[in-house]
Amino acid sequence: MTDAQFEIQLIASLVAIACAIPGTFLVLRKMAMISDAISHSILPGIVVGFFITQDLNSPLLILLAAMTGVLTVVLVEKIQKTKLVKEDTAIGLVFPALFSIGVILIAKFANDVHLDIDAVLLGELAFTPFDRVFYGDIDLGPKSLWVIGIILSVTLTLLFLFFKELKLSTFDAGLATSLGFSPVILHYGLMSVASITTVGAFDAVGAILVVALMIAPAASAYLLTTNLKKMIGLACFFGVFSAISGYWVAHWLDASIAGSITTMLGVVFLFVYLFAPSKGLIAVLYREKQQRIEVSLITFLLHLKNHSEKRERHVNHLNEHINWEKVRSKTVLTLALKNNMILITDDIVSLTDKGDEFTSKAIEYILTNEDSLIEDMKDDFFLFRG
Amino acid sequence: MEIIEYIQLVFSDYTLRTITLGTAVLGAVTGMLGSFAVLRKESLLGDAISHAALPGIAIAFLITGSKDTNILLIGALVSGLIGTLWIRGITSKTHLKSDTALGLILSLFFGFGMLLLTYIQKQPNANQAGLDKYLFGQAATLVESDVWLMTFVTGLCLLVLLLFWKEFKILLFDKDYAQTLGFNTKFIDILITSFIVLAIVLGLQTVGVVLMSAMLLAPAAAARQWTNSLGKMVFLAAILGGSAGVFGTAISATQNNLSTGPVIVLVASVFVLFSFIFSPKRGLLFKRIRLIKNRNDLELQKTLAFMYHIVEDHDDTSHPHTIRMLNNFQGYSRKGLRKLVDKNYVEVEGGMWSMTSKGFKAAENLYNQNGKND
Repeated sequence: MTDAQFEIQLIASLVAIACAIPGTFLVLRKMAMISDAISHSILPGIVVGFFITQDLNSPLLILLAAMTGVLTVVLVEKIQKTKLVKEDTAIGLVFPALFSIGVILIAKFANDVHLDIDAVLLGELAFTPFDRVFYGDIDLGPKSLWVIGIILSVTLTLLFLFFKELKLSTFDAGLATSLGFSPVILHYGLMSVASITTVGAFDAVGAILVVALMIAPAASAYLLTTNLKKMIGLACFFGVFSAISGYWVAHWLDASIAGSITTMLGVVFLFVYLFAPSKGLIAVLYREKQQRIEVSLITFLLHLKNHSEKRERHVNHLNEHINWEKVRSKTVLTLALKNNMILITDDIVSLTDKGDEFTSKAIEYILTNEDSLIEDMKDDFFLFRG
Repeated sequence: MEIIEYIQLVFSDYTLRTITLGTAVLGAVTGMLGSFAVLRKESLLGDAISHAALPGIAIAFLITGSKDTNILLIGALVSGLIGTLWIRGITSKTHLKSDTALGLILSLFFGFGMLLLTYIQKQPNANQAGLDKYLFGQAATLVESDVWLMTFVTGLCLLVLLLFWKEFKILLFDKDYAQTLGFNTKFIDILITSFIVLAIVLGLQTVGVVLMSAMLLAPAAAARQWTNSLGKMVFLAAILGGSAGVFGTAISATQNNLSTGPVIVLVASVFVLFSFIFSPKRGLLFKRIRLIKNRNDLELQKTLAFMYHIVEDHDDTSHPHTIRMLNNFQGYSRKGLRKLVDKNYVEVEGGMWSMTSKGFKAAENLYNQNGKND
């Protein structure tokens, strides 16, 4: 691994962490699409800043572009307040307009300078190690590393200082307001951090990857934990993991690093989406299936409890009477047998004591909805886990 | 270039005619379908779908090796549909909210598409150039067959809209009711979504991935301001979308270095802005005017009521009083007094005012039948 390769991975990892932190809050606050809007609408800010400074890494340009990002948020909120359209429409109207202005500005005035739209959207991570900062003759490292390093440290400082406030206003805005934390300041603070991060990162990784790096790690982490600190930690981990593995995939395929990091993020999310222990797709489908069977089981036991005559309790009769197809009735029957809730003698089904007690409890629960009665049943049955 | 000269050019020049027709048809069909997206509160779905279509284009090229628009668009259609279904899957089966799902699919699919595009660019065969026109769109690459395809899709879309009008409408405004009536809401839902995906995919070549969502939203959002009827809105959105296409093409054709897509989007945005401000019922301007008028009416009524309280203790209700005593009252203004005189509620002579019997009656009934003054 050469120095340049190491630096690229370091920059990508720092960008991933810098994006994951505001991203977590955006996802929790249901404002994920704002990051998409910001990443597009900073374009005119960047173009104007570029005309002034002629340097994509200058602090002035970053500030100008970040201001365009905040302006987007303000515009979206202004339009939303008129109540003429819904919030999502407002977002969808504002950012293409600003982006168009940016594209036209580039086409009109910047055709011959080094600023093309591809670079803005995709960034070029591979070139970042060649643009270096010098202090006199001493090589201080790549410029992008400094930019993203500074942004990350500011973000981290703000996170540690205002963690409590952010947490509170994210989960209970009403309580936060009544306790005296201004939701407006926190909101715009978060938006400013997101804008600055987007701008700082876009040069390295491009606008779209910024969106992916903000949303995908946070969304994956969201499926794995319900603890905010853990969620931020996991999001950072997923981001860094995708950044480094994505780099090597790109190296192997000889393709865009940004694209391959995004693809790795997608792979990570897909994996989590499918296999997350309790919120993943497979777990959810399994739970839904179990619940369906358990509902059938209770219906079945109830039927047994209500009928003492033999005719009603014959195995074959049950099939047609409760109107289930064969497979399903068989599953239910086996489940009940396994739990020692029924006895089958000469094809006649009867409740055991345990089954009788279970049925009464279940009915009691359904009627009164009191949790304490079924504490001991929660472990065995999904249905009672809320 | 003169306007007439330009119009002549549109009819005589093949490229310009094709582009103008293409963008007009595209604007019309996206406007039409966009109305449904906006009303279903799925405005950003278009953005996600257009980004999600990119890997489909790349994969279609990788498999077939051809740059035929139709094949690439089929790829885009498939991957757009997969993206849409996955968004549905994420929101319905996990705790993630729709905005996160949209952002996820948008960025992940797009990033994957970019990976494939850069991978294709590095491949030895030289046939691959030009795929990136789908990123920002190049209206100039439209040919006649593309326009025919768009027209065909628009026709199909119109037919389906007319056939399923009632179903679409009921699904849009009251899904639960539609379900209880026994409509197959899932089928209708998929039908309308597929057409939205189709329209978006058609537009990729012209305005590109990034700006496609605005084509879908802007005409519909503008049309929404002018009417409360779905039929009128869809019709109006189609007209607005079409005109955005025509005007956008005209502006970009008469200027150097202006790509068509962004200009069309900006024209559509201007339509939206205009509608926001000037629409008679919902527009900001008239809302403001109504607000001011209401406020003035209220002040007038307050002044009249104040006068009434002064007058009512007197035996002679038209006994004159000094105007100066009104100065203490907040709602009083000279203009207001003049208006009261105009309405014949009050007579003014020198520095004195006196209430007419008509004014007295009006003031008496002010609170009984509030709002029915004049």
